[in-house]
Amino acid sequence: MNRLCLLLVALAVCATGARAADDPYPSTYQPAASQPTLIRNATVLDGTGRRLDGADVLMRDGKIVAVGTGLAADGATVVDAGGRWVTPGLIDVHSHLGVYASPGVTAHQDGNEATDPVTAGVWAEHGVWPQDPGFYTALAGGVTTLQVLPGSANLIGGRGVTLRNVAGTTMQEMKFPGAPHGLKMACGENPKRVYGGKGRSPSTRMGNVAGYRQAFADAQDYRRQWEKYERELAAYEAQAQDGKHSRRKGEGDAKPPTQPKRDLRLETLVGAMDGEIQVHIHCYRADEMAVMLDLAREFGFKVAAFHHGVEAYKIADRLAQEGVCGALWADWWGFKMEAYDAIWENIAFVDAPANGCAIVHSDSAEGIQRLNQEAAKAMARGQRAGLAIPPERAIRWITSNGARSLGVAGEVGTLEPGKRADVVLWNRDPFSVYALADRVYVDGALRYDRAAPPAPPESDFLLGQPAGGAL
Amino acid sequence: MRPIQLTARTMLCALAALPLAASAQDLLIRNARVHTVTERGTLERTDVLVRNGRIAAVGTGLAAAGATVIDANGRPLTPGLFGGITALGVVEVSLEKSTVDNDPHAAERDKAAEPRPEFDVTLAFNPDSAVIGVNRVEGITHAMIAPGAVSGDTVIAGQGAVARLDGRAEAIVTPSRTLFANLNAGVSRAGQFMQLEQATREAKPTPQMRDADFRLLTPTGREVLARYLSGGRIVFSVDRATDIRQVLAFAQKQGTRPVILGGAQAWQVAGPLAQARVPVVLDPLVDLPDSFDQLGATLENAARLHKAGVRIAFTNLNDGTHNARKVRQAAGVAVAHGLPWDAALAALTANPAEIFGVGAEFGRIAPGYVADLVLWSGDPFEVTTVAEQVWIDGRAQSMRSRQTELRDRYRPAVR
Repeated sequence: MNRLCLLLVALAVCATGARAADDPYPSTYQPAASQPTLIRNATVLDGTGRRLDGADVLMRDGKIVAVGTGLAADGATVVDAGGRWVTPGLIDVHSHLGVYASPGVTAHQDGNEATDPVTAGVWAEHGVWPQDPGFYTALAGGVTTLQVLPGSANLIGGRGVTLRNVAGTTMQEMKFPGAPHGLKMACGENPKRVYGGKGRSPSTRMGNVAGYRQAFADAQDYRRQWEKYERELAAYEAQAQDGKHSRRKGEGDAKPPTQPKRDLRLETLVGAMDGEIQVHIHCYRADEMAVMLDLAREFGFKVAAFHHGVEAYKIADRLAQEGVCGALWADWWGFKMEAYDAIWENIAFVDAPANGCAIVHSDSAEGIQRLNQEAAKAMARGQRAGLAIPPERAIRWITSNGARSLGVAGEVGTLEPGKRADVVLWNRDPFSVYALADRVYVDGALRYDRAAPPAPPESDFLLGQPAGGAL
Repeated sequence: MRPIQLTARTMLCALAALPLAASAQDLLIRNARVHTVTERGTLERTDVLVRNGRIAAVGTGLAAAGATVIDANGRPLTPGLFGGITALGVVEVSLEKSTVDNDPHAAERDKAAEPRPEFDVTLAFNPDSAVIGVNRVEGITHAMIAPGAVSGDTVIAGQGAVARLDGRAEAIVTPSRTLFANLNAGVSRAGQFMQLEQATREAKPTPQMRDADFRLLTPTGREVLARYLSGGRIVFSVDRATDIRQVLAFAQKQGTRPVILGGAQAWQVAGPLAQARVPVVLDPLVDLPDSFDQLGATLENAARLHKAGVRIAFTNLNDGTHNARKVRQAAGVAVAHGLPWDAALAALTANPAEIFGVGAEFGRIAPGYVADLVLWSGDPFEVTTVAEQVWIDGRAQSMRSRQTELRDRYRPAVR
């Protein structure tokens, strides 16, 4: 919990917005009504690393009730999987759906507030357009939870939001209740290119790091100001209270302390330092990731995941030791210098050490539709490099490991009893190019059924267009 | 993780590949599942004999004294894959201008809107690019090297051609030369057709035209465009159905052979395309409207076009250069959305060869064809499959690349 708010909460002045519990843009997400459902006779990859053949999955009241063999239907609707495969709903920790929506017209460029290198005060959720047709195509790919992040133009781009992948008219209807915010930071070429091109700092990697350090130093100072204010306020209140009781002459005349002005940028950074906000850093090169780990230590925050991390394999042991995830592509490379050292085996090598945390992310409206295939590519190349990576291990890269980095592992990412019943029924082994999601359940409700695609399309944007239908 | 030294195993592989790459010799691949991409279809437990870089025979029980013999153990053998419309060998790192040679206007930014038919990107082709090696080990043996403004800002971006990707100096396959036009520039389409019309008039002038009437093209540009207008091949980058119809009308009027590139809405004009025998080079993964030109984008585009009788080939429109290798995954996705498997393989082999004028030599496993071959670990479209050996002109290519070198330097100890 945010220390600042912890101090202030008793005094009911903690409306700073830095605490998730005090989210001024709260989720209004409601799970859809659902029937109890029993999926029978499936090959189940449960997201914890287990594979169960010929197994059943029972969902009730939007939660996973049990996974095992020979489960009693007990009145539930029975879906015979007939040997098809079941996985948890997929999780993409790096999406720009809604903030760089389709169609990619100029009016939809809402992902980079590229007017200042530190815009920690902006929130991706305020740019999310729920009518982006990409949400539905991602759902058809089995994605039930996604983090929408600001882009990487800035050193500190703002807060990301974790969404339930359901059709909604408002962002709040999609917002994952209680999920912590993400903080998007960016290393390397993008910030220095964007701002160097404008003749201002940062124009070098030196400038990048100076920029993060100054921002966090300012946040430390800001936190001290609030702590000081809090101490003074507490003293004042105590004195006033004391005065009420004793009414000693000459006491209780002190003025209340002046509340510091709220600074939305610094509030976000304080939230990151206090562990309330998950820090996600766009960073390609191994040497830069090592600098960012030192930065995190200098200012006392934890890195949840490095994103893109094309060179993460070069420091896989270090990432595992520090408990930092690598959110990576299977095969993107070469579009810029810091992406030149890519290898197919990056994800598998990051996964390999004890406590390694590999995540397959998309950063793409196309890639998010086939996270299973991206994972399959990485799995196959890892296997050929000699690593033992069965499907039940690789599925974690697109389910539970992502949940961990988003701070929602207690609710989604595995098929353990009590978790949200986000479930995908695949027509075959999901690590195949021919695999398609037959059914996608979100909180136990059937949200996608390949046999009965919605007509007309879910997105208002596609409605009434002569071409009709993205699928 | 500490870098590790080259293992004995990797050294052995590197050494094994080198002598083969260094000299052409007869090759006998035995016992393969041979996808011929001809009327013979797929042949199980079949041998392929290669002599002097060409396929000499496809059958069973073939023998050849002195030939290198490979036992395929029933694994799939396909023609070498076409990598799509790419900048292989002309772009090393996309954002580093000093490594980018495919932009016709890089040297004259103030003329970015001017058509440049005379721009010939193949003059800059670098057969040694590391990007080529990374794609070659994935079974990509040749690709169209195209000018970069196909999705840029000019209506005529210049010329490209198919290049062979085995590092040879003379890599360009001359009969495949192609002009690239672009109707997706994001400016007025009517303005683009206006420019196209004016360029055409300048290339094929009437006797009445005076010097002042030649305002768009350079003299060289006029010569080049005139060549392509008399029966040449022009790729039009275009998505919207109605724009595709305009291209068909333009081509019919001018007597050119158009190829549609992109064609997100091509399935909506599949009939006219089939009737005019105009092929479509598409990315099967495009299913979202990136623009208003792509409102009808669908994963079934390939299947619908094929069913209507349109010849299709595949490309990766997202990153067709560094990740040209992704075309085989895209082919698999097309199959998952209704395209017959054989049609998908043809879209990576025989069809692009036919489309770009080299169908008599490339893209099939049949006697007389160039021996560009790939032996796969499994179904070539599967994301878990890898190319186990690539041959170009019957020469075994090294299966190492800059990426495999990095992999082996940082490979963790096997648990």
